[in-house]
Amino acid sequence: MAGVAVSTTINGDNVEYLCQPDETLLDVLRDRLGLTGAKEGCGTGDCGACSIILDDRLVCSCLVLGAEAEGRRIETVEGMAHGDTLHPLQQKFLEHAALQCGICTPGFLIAAKDLLAKNPDPTEEEIRFGLAGNLCRCTGYDKIVRAVQDAANVMKGA
Amino acid sequence: MNFDPRFSGRNFTSVGTRPIRPDGVDKVTGRARYGADFNMAGQLVGRVLRSPHAHATIRKIDTSKAEKLPGVKAVITSTDLPDLTDGDSAMYDILDNCMARKKALYDGHAVAAVAAVDARTARQALKLIEVDYEVLPHVTDVDEAMKHSAPVLNDTIFTEGVEEKPTKPSNVTKRTQYGHGDVHEGFGQADFIVERSFKTEQTHQGYIEPHACVASVSSDGTADLWVCTQGHFVYRQHCAQLLGMEASKLRVTSSEIGGGFGGKTHVWAEPVALALSRKAGRPVKLVMARDEVFRASGPTSATSIDVRIGARKDGTITAAEATLRYSCGPYAGMWAELGAMTAFACYKLDNVKTVGYEVLVNRPKTAAYRAPSAPMAAFAVESAVDELAKEIGMDPVEFRIRNAAQEGTRSSYGPVYGPIGIGPTLEAAKNHPHMKAPLGKNQGRGMACGFWFNFGGQTCTDLNIGMDGSVSLAVGTVDVGGSRASLSLVAAEELGIAYEQVKAVVADTSSLGYNDMTDGSRGTFSSSMATISAARNAIKILRERAAQMWDIPVDDVVWEKGHAIAKGEKYGNLAALSLKEIAAASGKTGGPIAGHSELVADGAGVSFATHICDIEVDPETGATRVLRYTVVQDAGKAVHPTYVEGQYQGGAAQGIGWALNEEYIYGKDGRLQNPGFLDYRIPVCSDLPMIDTQILEIPNPNHPYGVRGVGETSIVPPLAAIANAVSNAAGVRMTHIPMSPPRILAAIEAERGG
Amino acid sequence: MVEVTLWGSLGAVAGGKSKVEIEAKDIRELFRKLAEQYPGFEPYIDRGIAVAIDGVIYRDTWSKELPQGAEIFLLPRLAGG
Repeated sequence: MAGVAVSTTINGDNVEYLCQPDETLLDVLRDRLGLTGAKEGCGTGDCGACSIILDDRLVCSCLVLGAEAEGRRIETVEGMAHGDTLHPLQQKFLEHAALQCGICTPGFLIAAKDLLAKNPDPTEEEIRFGLAGNLCRCTGYDKIVRAVQDAANVMKGA
Repeated sequence: MNFDPRFSGRNFTSVGTRPIRPDGVDKVTGRARYGADFNMAGQLVGRVLRSPHAHATIRKIDTSKAEKLPGVKAVITSTDLPDLTDGDSAMYDILDNCMARKKALYDGHAVAAVAAVDARTARQALKLIEVDYEVLPHVTDVDEAMKHSAPVLNDTIFTEGVEEKPTKPSNVTKRTQYGHGDVHEGFGQADFIVERSFKTEQTHQGYIEPHACVASVSSDGTADLWVCTQGHFVYRQHCAQLLGMEASKLRVTSSEIGGGFGGKTHVWAEPVALALSRKAGRPVKLVMARDEVFRASGPTSATSIDVRIGARKDGTITAAEATLRYSCGPYAGMWAELGAMTAFACYKLDNVKTVGYEVLVNRPKTAAYRAPSAPMAAFAVESAVDELAKEIGMDPVEFRIRNAAQEGTRSSYGPVYGPIGIGPTLEAAKNHPHMKAPLGKNQGRGMACGFWFNFGGQTCTDLNIGMDGSVSLAVGTVDVGGSRASLSLVAAEELGIAYEQVKAVVADTSSLGYNDMTDGSRGTFSSSMATISAARNAIKILRERAAQMWDIPVDDVVWEKGHAIAKGEKYGNLAALSLKEIAAASGKTGGPIAGHSELVADGAGVSFATHICDIEVDPETGATRVLRYTVVQDAGKAVHPTYVEGQYQGGAAQGIGWALNEEYIYGKDGRLQNPGFLDYRIPVCSDLPMIDTQILEIPNPNHPYGVRGVGETSIVPPLAAIANAVSNAAGVRMTHIPMSPPRILAAIEAERGG
Repeated sequence: MVEVTLWGSLGAVAGGKSKVEIEAKDIRELFRKLAEQYPGFEPYIDRGIAVAIDGVIYRDTWSKELPQGAEIFLLPRLAGG
């Protein structure tokens, strides 16, 4: 099968790649571009571990084709920190121990970033429904919700 | 080595604080490498062909077409994994589960595998493999499988542990029995007796990271395996034995692990990946898809349990009895036995008897799932205990307090307890504000207790002190939930230095002696014991070096707060030497400074928990909502309290999913109907409230800091606590887990109709 | 001489006894003598038996001494998550 040439923007950088027409964006990110922050937990859009932001919209990258990224803007967990300064969400996830195994963490961070971009002052319920597309099996979500609340407060003050 | 593991009361400086974990930044920036995040040059893609039948004889497998497909580099079947187990039946079962030999025993059982240049070619190759099956009758239900009419999975198995030697093969592999006293006599003394039968459905650990590995076998007989596992040393042993390799030539590196909960204590596809790599002569990466994880890794047992408990009017239990039937998948296990041991462990009983039956069914091999087998037994027992309290007219907490085991009580599984925490967790629950909070319409409160043994085991740790005074700690227990942070705290505590001066890593199998896996809540218990021992050995050397630097006898040097101090009036002018100063001089005082430790961590302290929850039931639909949840558990000593809370909350959340929603659903054809997170629905963020925790610290006398394990006990009470809450809210006793809306609705309607 | 309590299934192998008396100074000697007296024990020992001494469970420490008068209880080796 002939490859598809794609030109896109990832975390602010121009990126070009060749991919197969049936290849998911998740596979392109992980296997072709070495961006393994997004994880495959299910491959069917049920777990959210592969969450990325595509043109300001939160998506599961396992449900997007690599070819669809042409001319779009992609944000992944690798682009959240500025240099060695962590994003407030990253910092608060660490401080609250909002991760145990950490496999779902990149997806949660991206989903929480998207949530706070659209709703900078969410209630606990809004956070819980906003993150309901991301599965975590370790924490029971308690510390994740607290970390997002705390990050929202920090970001409002900034 | 004269290591004294006994508890000594002391004031802690580092232990009990809540610093940021050493592996944290990598995990929030996407840099941490999990099983599927690693690649080797020239690696192939491995894929496994799985049986679509629940039970079938494999007549023939023709791989010739697949082998001819361009891009295919190896195709293997069971002939490429010959039986080298030498009569070891447990290892043979592992081998047979990795790759079916004569029969496919469940939907999803591996029958062949390929390695190809890319995923598409590998998928195509699987379609070209022709398997000639003779489909056999199957059985997936635990009670059905025990009947004489049931199809027998393995005609070489005759029930063990029964008085009369069986003459016919059976799906019941073993009968086990525990208890003491005379239950007949005990029931004779009872004023009230509750007798009930319960069922629980099969659930999966549901770790978000599918099994993944990269295997590379060289023609000189050496090999590397990168894998997500709870025990890389155990994986090495098993893989080496199954492939006929020398263990020391197989280096296994444990990746970051994306959840295990017991499911990554067994090898699944790793021997297959190694066999593919050996045949292809190239590295092979093998990652399971989610449906393969559900169909072909190791969920927990489905169960059927009968319980009978009797008590006097004053609330004293006089006798307790249970019969427990647990599904094992197609291979013998000890799952019912663990249920039989743990069922009544919370109580002080004069007359107790439990009988367990291990039952083979055409489902995937049962694996450990967090306090394996205990949650189902606790569900049955704690439901009956609640009902009995109600019949007597006692408060359920008071009834439990009256009958709780204590120091000196003979446990229902045999030994006499040392100091334990069941009474204190019950008292704490009784006094918790949660117990007095008002409830609304259709809302019910439930509580329940739980027990787990906790393990110790073989452990090896290295502690190396750098010339700059920083400390690297190499441990061999995989970090599943923050143990590198807790072990760094322990090293800092023992050496008397700052937490930030210590860096803990999980070493690979070639860098450290053997370690048992991270199971049985042993990670922090065992490795902290080994870390303390290693640190004490290092301190001995630090004292010797300080003595050299001062030119005084080593017996005059003591170690205090990270410094060597010359003891006695005559040394009044000698300033204390810091660890850093001694390390800086180490090149001239005898070379590197290190402490090692190899030990069997024994004396793990048993652990108890009491949970309280409030549930609202919609009587029109049977839907439930968890309104409030509280966990009270004894940790012995919480080394890093935040991660202890995390274990409590995580176990509770898994238990909530199990109680209300999660179950394996098999069709009449014996195929799993819901092998994905859409239909096997684990709790999401909007399903749960905050989970309140209370850590009790009743020191374990057999650990220097009093540590017990904390990982597993938290999943034991939720099934029962929620069942009690739902039963109170709906006004009808729930006896079948999960209590999904259709089951609750049916129970309510049956009660109305009746 | 120490008195050793057997768990239910193991008792069946020892001819229905729930307790046996053995002259043994440590766990290693205990297992050796048990296997001599009760050949049916061997598969259980191979599979792993844990020994509880005064309530403390030992899984692998075969050199552990058995104090006189101690409560000694045999248990199957356990699996955990």
